[in-house]
Amino acid sequence: MSKQIQVSGLDAYYGAHKAIEDVSMTIEPRSITAFIGPSGCGKSTFLRTLNRMHEVIPGARVEGKVLLDGEDLYGSTVAPVSVRRMIGMVFQRPNPFPTMSIYENVAAGLRLNGRVAKSQLDGIVEESLKGANLWNEVKDRLGKPGAGLSGGQQQRLCIARAIAVKPQVLLMDEPCSALDPISTLAIEDLMAKLKDEFTIVIVTHNMQQAARVSDRTAFFNLAAQGKPGKVVEMDETSRMFTNPTEKATEDYITGRFG
Amino acid sequence: MTTTTTSTIQHISTGRRVKDKLVQGLVYLAFGLAVVPLVSVLWLVIQNGLARFDMEFLTHSMRNIGARDAGGGAYHAIVGTLEQVLLASAISVPIGLLTAIYLVEYGNGGRLSRAISFFVDVMTGIPSVVAGLFILAFWILVLGMPFSGWAGAMAVSILMMPTVVRSAEEMLRLVPTDLREASYALGVAKWRTIVKVVLPTALTGIITGVMLAVARVAGETAPVLLTVFFTDSINFDPFSGPQMSLPLYVFDQAGRPNDTAIDRAWTGALTLILIVMLLNLVARLIAWWRSPARGR
Repeated sequence: MSKQIQVSGLDAYYGAHKAIEDVSMTIEPRSITAFIGPSGCGKSTFLRTLNRMHEVIPGARVEGKVLLDGEDLYGSTVAPVSVRRMIGMVFQRPNPFPTMSIYENVAAGLRLNGRVAKSQLDGIVEESLKGANLWNEVKDRLGKPGAGLSGGQQQRLCIARAIAVKPQVLLMDEPCSALDPISTLAIEDLMAKLKDEFTIVIVTHNMQQAARVSDRTAFFNLAAQGKPGKVVEMDETSRMFTNPTEKATEDYITGRFG
Repeated sequence: MTTTTTSTIQHISTGRRVKDKLVQGLVYLAFGLAVVPLVSVLWLVIQNGLARFDMEFLTHSMRNIGARDAGGGAYHAIVGTLEQVLLASAISVPIGLLTAIYLVEYGNGGRLSRAISFFVDVMTGIPSVVAGLFILAFWILVLGMPFSGWAGAMAVSILMMPTVVRSAEEMLRLVPTDLREASYALGVAKWRTIVKVVLPTALTGIITGVMLAVARVAGETAPVLLTVFFTDSINFDPFSGPQMSLPLYVFDQAGRPNDTAIDRAWTGALTLILIVMLLNLVARLIAWWRSPARGR
């Protein structure tokens, strides 16, 4: 249930401002792809174009093609809602629904999209929480509010919520940037486990994290402030971190700028 | 960097200490002054109203009771007030809430939403007597409809609507964008996101806003006087015939020269305050019951 993403000639705009330009890449199934690069270079924007979340912002639009196993996500008749059901997303800051319990949070995606039998729902909730390595910590208080968990637990709750709808692809936008090292480790372990089932794309500012978890890495950069961001280089992570082709990649990875 | 750095630890001077205490004292004084009218109004109403606050007052109307007679009650006015406020809420809460949802979720600061915002502000400034005159002129004089509780409800709903829109709008704007995005990212449609995620999150605040609006219109006299007319008898049907309402009852009784009537006016005012408090309590209970934060 894991799919390949092919992007070709993608531009993304915020109103008149072009945020990213001419991005083309292939994201392989059952693998973790990391996006690295300095702040404001368009990594998150690009990530959000992959499940049509970019256009949620007023004035934002996209040109180009994103193919999910050959099917264009930006086809004129495609419903963005169905795209987002197939391509899930975890955000930078944990954002559980404050009015819902832990159980309801995990079940939210299914419940809000239609009726699901209670017995079936119980199974999916348990499976998703186990999948997110959170089950043992919360199994005795599923009815308690999701907002009462710690930051790291909340983020895993959000991951459980995202995988409960059984997406093909999981997009993660700096999922560990608000977490302590122990919670970060928990999420990284989880990602290694999830990649057997999902295509995972992660944006990160933490180079060590990219090196630790990802199979392939793309380096984004922008020529100058105000110019659109571009992909400078994309390759196997091991190669990117040991022997990059581009000078800019090497400078960034070795900490000479950014 | 042009900040000057000092090499010694600075101490708070006596002058600053004195100023601090002075301002603190002024703040307490201002608070005390603000509380004086509130407490004195409550005190006066309770003191003068308790005398006639009995079962007869709550269960009888003023039918066949003259100004000089003892006894009589405000049952007809309580029924009228409750029905009129309920009807007014039924008109203005849906319209106000939908308007607020449009402004926050769909308007995007476009021309229409700016126009709506402007007219809501204008509506906020409408004097209550003008709202009453409008319904009197349009509904009763032009269309030839009779005085009724329904006409009164329409008049006060004009006053309620902008309050509901403004408070609901504020509460909806407080809901973080993160939550909407989290819902969209699960493949939930926009309208479902609004109904299932945004509104429940803002519910407590919206209820508080609605209750403030209810409290305001429950005490309106002028628009009710012009549209509901008044009566001494019980009229359960807000759609036909004159009704009564508590502010109107107070106004009517207080205008009579006898102690018995004046007493009834005070008790009417006390009843009105209690009804508004009770409605508030019920709304809080509903909000508490709906919120999961209490844990189950």
